[in-house]
This record gives sequence, structure tokens and C-alpha cells, in this order.
Amino acid sequence: MSGKEIRTAAGVSNVSPLRGLLAGIFCVVLIGSAEVALCADNTFIILGAAVSLTGKYALNGANTKNGYDLAVRQINDRGGVKIGGTSYKFEISYYDDESTPARGTELVERLIQQDGVKFILGPYSSGLTKAILPIIERHKVPMVEANGAARELFTKGYRYIFAVLSTSDQYLIPAIDLAAEQADKLGKTPSEIRIAMVMENDPFAQDVRAGVLADARRHSMNCVIDDQLPPELNDMSVTLTKVKALKPDVLVVSGHEKGALTAVNQIEALRVDVPVIALTHCDSAQLAKRLPKASQHVLCAHQWHRSLKHKGDLFGSAEAFAQVFEKTYGYEAPYQAAQSAAAVYVFADAFTRAQSLDPEKVRDAISATDLPTFYGPIKFDETGKNIAKPMILTQIIDGEYVVVSPKKWATAKPVIPRPKH
Amino acid sequence: MVSNLLILHEAPVLGLQLAIDGLLIGAVFALAAYGMALVWGVANIINVAQGEFVMLGGLVAVYAAEQGAPVLLAVPLAALCLYVLGWILYYTIIVHLVGRDMFNSVLATFGIAIVLQQLMAHVFGGADRIAANGLGSWFLFDGLVAIGKMKVLVFAACIVLGVTLSVFLLRSRQGQAIRAVAQKPEAASVLGIDTKRVYGLTYAVNAAICGAAGALAATAYTIHPYGGLSYTIRSFMIVVVAGLGNLGGVIWAALSLGVAESFAGFIFGAQYQIAFVFTLLVAVLVFRNWRLKRQRRYLA
Repeated sequence: MSGKEIRTAAGVSNVSPLRGLLAGIFCVVLIGSAEVALCADNTFIILGAAVSLTGKYALNGANTKNGYDLAVRQINDRGGVKIGGTSYKFEISYYDDESTPARGTELVERLIQQDGVKFILGPYSSGLTKAILPIIERHKVPMVEANGAARELFTKGYRYIFAVLSTSDQYLIPAIDLAAEQADKLGKTPSEIRIAMVMENDPFAQDVRAGVLADARRHSMNCVIDDQLPPELNDMSVTLTKVKALKPDVLVVSGHEKGALTAVNQIEALRVDVPVIALTHCDSAQLAKRLPKASQHVLCAHQWHRSLKHKGDLFGSAEAFAQVFEKTYGYEAPYQAAQSAAAVYVFADAFTRAQSLDPEKVRDAISATDLPTFYGPIKFDETGKNIAKPMILTQIIDGEYVVVSPKKWATAKPVIPRPKH
Repeated sequence: MVSNLLILHEAPVLGLQLAIDGLLIGAVFALAAYGMALVWGVANIINVAQGEFVMLGGLVAVYAAEQGAPVLLAVPLAALCLYVLGWILYYTIIVHLVGRDMFNSVLATFGIAIVLQQLMAHVFGGADRIAANGLGSWFLFDGLVAIGKMKVLVFAACIVLGVTLSVFLLRSRQGQAIRAVAQKPEAASVLGIDTKRVYGLTYAVNAAICGAAGALAATAYTIHPYGGLSYTIRSFMIVVVAGLGNLGGVIWAALSLGVAESFAGFIFGAQYQIAFVFTLLVAVLVFRNWRLKRQRRYLA
């Protein structure tokens, strides 16, 4: 892709060689406002993204890309962003990081050094985001990311990372809070509740684990199982046998789509009766659709849901985004796609406010973001985390994800304890 | 670790659950390893794409099940698809590796594995898949021990396939040709056996076995286009433990590995399950080396 781009004098906008040549001829021959307008129409802001189009994160890499593309299309259809009277359209320069951190770092370096990209959109997963952060910092290139949620991304003092999503420690905290709140339904006090944790051994899931542990400690709950799954594991029966033996009140599982799918399938097969089961990555694993019976009454952590009342300038409401996405790509929008679209929106908003293409000025504008969007409010703290948007918890009821927490957004009461299957 | 041992001590029936689960997954490993041993023994080729064949078989089965085919009918379909693929790969790539250094076969089949991974992700999508069977489980000891009906079927099918293969190798003309080529290819060639065809048949049969194993695995375990490596590693481990040409040993080693892995995962934690496989591999190699050294000392 880079070969097709030519750099402008400003060094930030690119046009294809053919289009550039045509535009140049017109600009030279017809000096005046008409030509200026034509040049502007052909001016692009290139955003760079190394996402996982192959490898183990290919599914969510595709969700990320679809979210980015949809937002770019929407912004461009509305005329792009206006900077100093000139309209700029977005274009994304993609590379496939093959779901490996080494390839991710290599490609981001290439985007910045060779392709001259000055603005980066994040990859999928905390691990890949963590790998590319030192490069982003070294080149002082602002990055808005939508799929790296581990807290450790925000504790190293990096200045150029901004994340639209809630951090991963918050994913399953609502489930623990809900269990504490409904402890009497389990015939216990909150401090008598026993938790089993089954987490993948990666930065994201380990941060989910840290969040659960901290919240369990706050409620004086006891953690009886703390198993870590290797990423290659496709069988959870050994751990679930332990769960059966120790009979905890809450079972929390985080292991991307594979973890969610394996857990629910084997919980049903082994008849593991735990009153509260909470997972991450339910909707990207299409749990409710693929295993509707086994996933009944499972709690799921979501960054976003179409039923939320969030509204923004781009796309309008959460439901409107979900409809446009479904119409464009033919499947229901997972939150990974929604937050990816929101990341592009943050860039658009920052360019408009900065009225500049200077990376440093754009970075400052991003850090001052205070934006209501279809995805939820976006406002960054000094570390680059979005502190305005809460996590939500849904429960799968008859094949649908129903929001049950927090109360402000809940559309139904949670079914606790989970009826025996 | 101690607390996990205490759980087993207090509820020994859980050991039964672990043993059953280990045997059932061990049967799937056995099929994949069986195919690897066959190709390794006959054509001296280490097929690193073994796990990808398993995943492809699984994905074909899931696709067939999604189109409404009964899960068990998807097994022969997956085997057939992989059999055809095996022949295609043989005539395009593998045929050039026969008789060459084994390292060439490792490199080439590694390349096949990568291409297959990407193709699978492209054709079937990058999602984790499972073919929901809806058969349920049998419950024993007040529900403490659960035996998935599908897993038992998978186990039975693996045994039937294993026995069929053994009979095929022992009794059929083609099986005899395969064994003859494995023993002495030059002599087999002199006796009129088309050795190239036999190598091709062996590779295609291996692919078909893996396809069947994958289709069976997909009914009980999660599969993914990039999830083949764990099957390749285990197949390799089993063949190393059992030794080439020892097909009975392959089944024994696979079932033992399944059970040992299951107990190791319970006692040491799931995070050490794969590490345990590697540790076992190293231990077996060290033991073999020690035994061989001793034998050499006696001979000297």
C-alpha cells in the first residue's frame, strides 16, 4: 500500500500516484479557488494500523478492521474532517501482524519510518498493544487504540497512547459485585462466597484476574481455585473437575473466544452446577447463537451493548451503529467493532479541534477529548485511559444478551442462582 | 499442588473422572500419532502438518454439521476430503522429499502447515469452533463423574479406526505393499510394487486418519485453524515414546499420555499441562539414551 502513496510537502497527507498526477495537472493549469477545492478533495490523512488478519486473533482482528473501516466510510461520506478550511478524508494503511508481537512491532516501525504515517490506530489484544508501545513513544506518534485493555499499558508513563475502552481489571468486577449483592439468594453472606478463577495466561486475562481478586478481597470473599490456562489449551475438563469437587459459588473464566466456548460446552457436558458463571468474550465467540442451551443464564462482560442509550454525532445511537454495522457486514456488531469505530471517531474529533496535522498538537487535542459517542462517553485521564465509560454485564437469556448491571443501564433483573441444567 | 493432591485423596472418584477424560482425549491423539508413525516409518517423512490435517478435518466436519449433516456422518466426509488432499500434496510436494534428508521433509511440511493454516482461516474464518452434538452425558457416583456420550463414541470410533487400519496393513494387498516398502523399498520395487504410489497412498491414508480424528475431536473439543500445533507436538511425543513401526505401542502411549496429562493438569494446574508433555518427552529421550548406552557397553 505504501508504494501507492506519495507524500505531500506537509508530510502528512498522501494521495495515490495517478490521482496525485491528475490533481497536480489541474492545479497547475487552473489556478484559482476551483483548483484549490479539487486539491483538497484529494487530500487524505493516512492512519496506520497493524491488525491481526491472520493468526489466533484473526476473528477479532477482522472485527477491529471492520469497525475502523465503517467509521472511516461514515466520516468520509460526511465530507471528512475540516482543518483550516480544507477537507481531509481518512484512509487507513493496513498491515497484518499475524497475531504475533514481533511482527506487530516490525510493522508499526515500518508504518512510521518507511510509510511516513503519523497517526496510529491500535492492534487487537493487550499483548500486541504492549509490544508496539515503546515504538509509538520513541517516534512520538499518537495512537488511539480500542482493543488493548490491560492496565499495565497505562502504568509505564507513556504519553502517546489513548484507549477508548475500559481497562480489563474492570471486566468481571460487576459479576463479583452482583454476587455480593445477591448473596442472600445463594444463602450466604458476601464474605462466605467462594470464587473459582480460570484465566488464560496472557496480559489481558491476568489483568481480569487481578481485578476479580481485588474486588473479592474488598468483599472479603475467598478464592478457592486460581488456574491459569495456556493459550494452546482446548480442553478445560481437568479444571472443571476441580470446580465440581470444590463447589464454588462463582466461576469466572477469561480466555478469549476459545475459553468462553470451551468453558460453556464442557460445563454443560460435565454438569458443573455453579450458581454464578461469568465470562469474557461471549459475543465475539457468538456464544448465545452457537450454544444457546448450554450458555443459558451465563453472565457476560461487555464493553458496549446495542441496547445502551449512548448517543453521539457520528452514527447517532448505539442501536443505529449496530444496524449500520449489521447491514454492512452481515453479522451482529460485537463490542470490539464498536470500540474500534469509536477510536477513529476520536481521531476525527481531535483533528477538528486541533486544526492541525502536527502530531504533537493532535496528541494534545486527543488528551483533551470529552466526547459523547454511540459507544459511550470518552474522556481520557493523564495515562490515556477512558475514565468516562463503565463496563456492563449481560446475562444470556433465551439466546439474547440482556443487560443486568449496572442498574442504570439494566433492562432486566439477573437470574441468580443459575438454574440447574 | 498439595491441596490438589488432598482433593484427590478425599474424593478418589475424581481420579476416575480424570482417567476417563484422559483416555478419551488420548484416543484422538492415538489416531493422529498413528498416521504420523505410518508416514515416518514408511516414507521416512516427519509430517509437521499433522495437527493442521486434524484441524482441517474438524473444520470440514463442523461445516458439514452446520449444513445439517449428522455429526458422525461428517467423519467419513472429512476423511475423504483429507484423503484427496493427501494425494494432491503428495504429487505436488511430498514426492520430491522421498529419499532425501529428513530435515527437508520437516521444512517442507512446516511450510504446508502454514499454508493450510492460512487457507483454513480464509475459507472457514478465524473463529473457534465446536460441533455441538446434543447427546449429553452419563452421570455416575451422584453426578461426580460425567462421561460425555459423544466422547465415548469418539473413543469407540478411534478404536475401530485403529483396528481397521491394523487389519488393512496386515491383510490387504495394499497394506502388505506398504509394509514391504517400509521394510526394503528397493526389494519391493524389484518385486513389482510401485513404491511411489505406495508412498502416496501412505501419505493420503495418514491425511484421512487425521481428518477423521479432527472430525471426532470437533464434537467434544474446541478447534481453530491455528490450533493444530498441540496435536502435532503430542503426535511426535507419542511416536518417539512408542517407537517407529510399533502401532500397538502408539495406542498404548497415546492413551497413557492422555491420562498422565489429565492428572498432571489437575495436580500441578492447567498452566503446566503442556509443559508436562515436553518434560515427559525429554525424560523419555534421556532414558532411551541411557538404555542405549548401557546396551552398547554390554556389546563392547
